[in-house]
Amino acid sequence: MTSVNFDLSQEQSMIVKMVREFAEEEIAPKAAEVDRNARFPIETFEKLGELGLLGLPISEEYGGAGGDTISYALAVEEIGRACGSTGLSYAAHVSLGCGPLYYFGTEEQKKKYLTPLASGKALGSFGLTEPNAGSDAGGTQTRAVRDGDSYVINGSKSFITNAGYAKTIVVTAVVGKDERGKNRIGAFIVPTDTKGFSVVRTYEKMGLRGSNTVELSLEDVRVPAENLLGSESAGFKQFLYTLDGGRISIGALSVGLARAAYEAALQYAKERVQFGHTISKFQAIQFKLADMAMHIELARDMVLKAAWLKDQHRPFTKESAMAKLFASEICMRAADQAVQIHGGAGYVQDFPVERIMRDAKLMEIGEGTSEVQRLVIARQIGC
Amino acid sequence: MNIIVCIKQTFDTEAKISLENGAVKEDGVQFILNPYDEYAVEEALKIKEEQGGEVTVVTVGPARVEEAIRTALAMGADEAIHIEDEAAYGDEYTIAEVLAAAIRQKSYDLILAGNQAVDDGSGQVAVRLAQLLDIAHISTITKLEIHGTQVVAERDAEGDTEIAEASLPVLVTAQQGLNEPRYPSLIGIRKASKKPLTKLTLADLGLSADAVGRKVTPVEVFLPAAKGAGRILEGDTAMRVQELVRELRQTSKVL
Repeated sequence: MTSVNFDLSQEQSMIVKMVREFAEEEIAPKAAEVDRNARFPIETFEKLGELGLLGLPISEEYGGAGGDTISYALAVEEIGRACGSTGLSYAAHVSLGCGPLYYFGTEEQKKKYLTPLASGKALGSFGLTEPNAGSDAGGTQTRAVRDGDSYVINGSKSFITNAGYAKTIVVTAVVGKDERGKNRIGAFIVPTDTKGFSVVRTYEKMGLRGSNTVELSLEDVRVPAENLLGSESAGFKQFLYTLDGGRISIGALSVGLARAAYEAALQYAKERVQFGHTISKFQAIQFKLADMAMHIELARDMVLKAAWLKDQHRPFTKESAMAKLFASEICMRAADQAVQIHGGAGYVQDFPVERIMRDAKLMEIGEGTSEVQRLVIARQIGC
Repeated sequence: MNIIVCIKQTFDTEAKISLENGAVKEDGVQFILNPYDEYAVEEALKIKEEQGGEVTVVTVGPARVEEAIRTALAMGADEAIHIEDEAAYGDEYTIAEVLAAAIRQKSYDLILAGNQAVDDGSGQVAVRLAQLLDIAHISTITKLEIHGTQVVAERDAEGDTEIAEASLPVLVTAQQGLNEPRYPSLIGIRKASKKPLTKLTLADLGLSADAVGRKVTPVEVFLPAAKGAGRILEGDTAMRVQELVRELRQTSKVL
């Protein structure tokens, strides 16, 4: 009768322990610097690659480590707790860079394009968002036109994570119209050294400044026809599935950031003395910290449930949207309250909560805004 | 080269120590591979990578210590021996006797261990083990070179460096600075669960509980007194020295 079990397996807890140690020793000390200088910590990604983390949930035959989604979610949480920027870049590489190739690539495509990414030799990226398209993929304007044995792609992509450092990017493009006159969208594997592919600019962001977010231009980018991922009309379904998986990782990243905010606030509250007591003795502060602790616990449980469903090959669209929505909103709330507990000290860069609050905001926006998550959930519950 | 590494699972160095019924409470405590033993494992793996061979980790302890074993296996050790038997958890004498009995069943060229465990810090087990096996030992090493059967080690001698030579087989204990232990890779972690782990009892080792029973029994376990507020001594140097001596004699009674 004991089917619900909250224990991690020995392997999962060893992975968490290893990632936590690595994150505390190698990632956290750089978090303030990569934020201040808006520097992508490429050297961290080389090390993550050596440890096998860049292919954590990818099977060994494609250079990955063959771990499960639960381990992956916990790894993202630990990395995000140390540094939001590194966590975002990591999650984008695995979920969005490796994900579509792993789930929808042919054996040849996986061997050729996924293996370097999963084995940590190169970074991957996913180009979906455009100036006039995001969650509404119908607005996609990038076009791919078949020309003999190849496709020629033209268009532009916005807010693309990692693309300035990626070796391979999967981009969506309109390939034609279906019988109802709707756009057929295909996904294409584009090596970033292809002629006509260029980074137009790197965004100056509010937070997650150490992650690389760029605008891309594709001008007569010619890729072999075999670089089409699945069929010419599979792109829409593919990215829905990819985003479902990506939401688990953004949920996990949110939990990590929320934990960082909470831990910093708890420590500060236990040190800061006012009116003869540490402020942790005041109920007003205690309630904030109690709420944070509770929210983090609940958000992690939801993230792990969505990850577990994915590992069981069961539907997880609703749960991943719930996990991402809840985790991102409690993350922003925790960051806000952590700054509040710090008072003036939280508003200056001497303490990490100032950075965490800027980082946290993206959690409610990336991989579908909170509003889009509610739409997804509403659709799933039959509205 | 057959290398044996003796390891111990200890409290996390950041764990909060609390007492219950005169013993250190283990509930809710995170356990880790003793950091000095991590240096020993790393050194063994480096030697194996350079010269080939097999690395076997050996430990004594309850079921929970398997996590420390798996960590060493995930770092790259080849196999493990876990002596799991209530009667084997005695004092330094007991552990050394038990380890010696297990290691005598193996062929070995080099034995590595941590210089001490971070929990009780006795630093006795490894050197006792060398004695029992009747081999040389070099303790608290910060550098190790092996050429053929010749061993040259640098040891930490109270801030100075002492160079010691020995021939295989030898036992050495690792001091901080010997190396930078690797993180276990994900593939390593995944492989660790499939590597051979032999569980042994005292009976398997041909030992009786009486023969290895502890020689030392803790009489009392207590936490250090809570630290009070400090006091800054004032006046010129002579006055401050006088005051300090008076404090040491009368207040804290250490003199």
